[in-house]
Amino acid sequence: MTKSELIEAVANKLKLPKGKAELIVNCVFDSMEAALKTGERIEIRGFGSFEIRHYKSYEGRNPRTGAKVDVRPKRLPFFKVGKELKERVNEGAGEETPALSTAPVLSTASEGESAKVETPTSTSPFDLDRS
Amino acid sequence: MTMTKNDIVDTLCEKLDDVSKKEAAALVATLFDTIKDTLSGGETVKIAGFGNFVVRDKEARVGRNPQSGEKITISARRVVTFKASPSLKDAVNDAG
Repeated sequence: MTKSELIEAVANKLKLPKGKAELIVNCVFDSMEAALKTGERIEIRGFGSFEIRHYKSYEGRNPRTGAKVDVRPKRLPFFKVGKELKERVNEGAGEETPALSTAPVLSTASEGESAKVETPTSTSPFDLDRS
Repeated sequence: MTMTKNDIVDTLCEKLDDVSKKEAAALVATLFDTIKDTLSGGETVKIAGFGNFVVRDKEARVGRNPQSGEKITISARRVVTFKASPSLKDAVNDAG
């Protein structure tokens, strides 16, 4: 889905003229960019948060030639997925991509019992019993 | 300081004269809901000039509990990653 499709979807849902929706949606992303520029964090509940990560300078290498390169310190935006979105996306996994799960089973990776980290017990109201 | 949905709504009202607070709030909520719904359905969302939210399928792998060293199987899962657009990266980096 592209930004224009997103704008169209939003305009349809709210019965807004497309032009107006476009103006507002653009303004949303502009204001988010402006906030990140000043180093401000953004938090959208249920969706995720954006923050600026600072990276120090380091000596990297050109992977192709192996030549050393000085990488200067930089600031980059970083997105952390929110809990609700994370859970919903993972639950969606089963639904339209049926069993591609013929992943090779490593015979060495058999330590059964150990704790399962993971798979949040879904508190979501979506069809859990349908699978 | 952290910017929240409310702050975005306020900014919209300030910048756009003919947008009421109610309209702005509805739009912001619908916008993020639509993105969430799309990603939940497994579809990528691309925002030109901002970045792409990409849905990726991760295979199961064996991880370790860093505290005990115990091996655990991390099951296959689907995740969302965000890749900032070059223009957003530059804007952020140049601002510093």
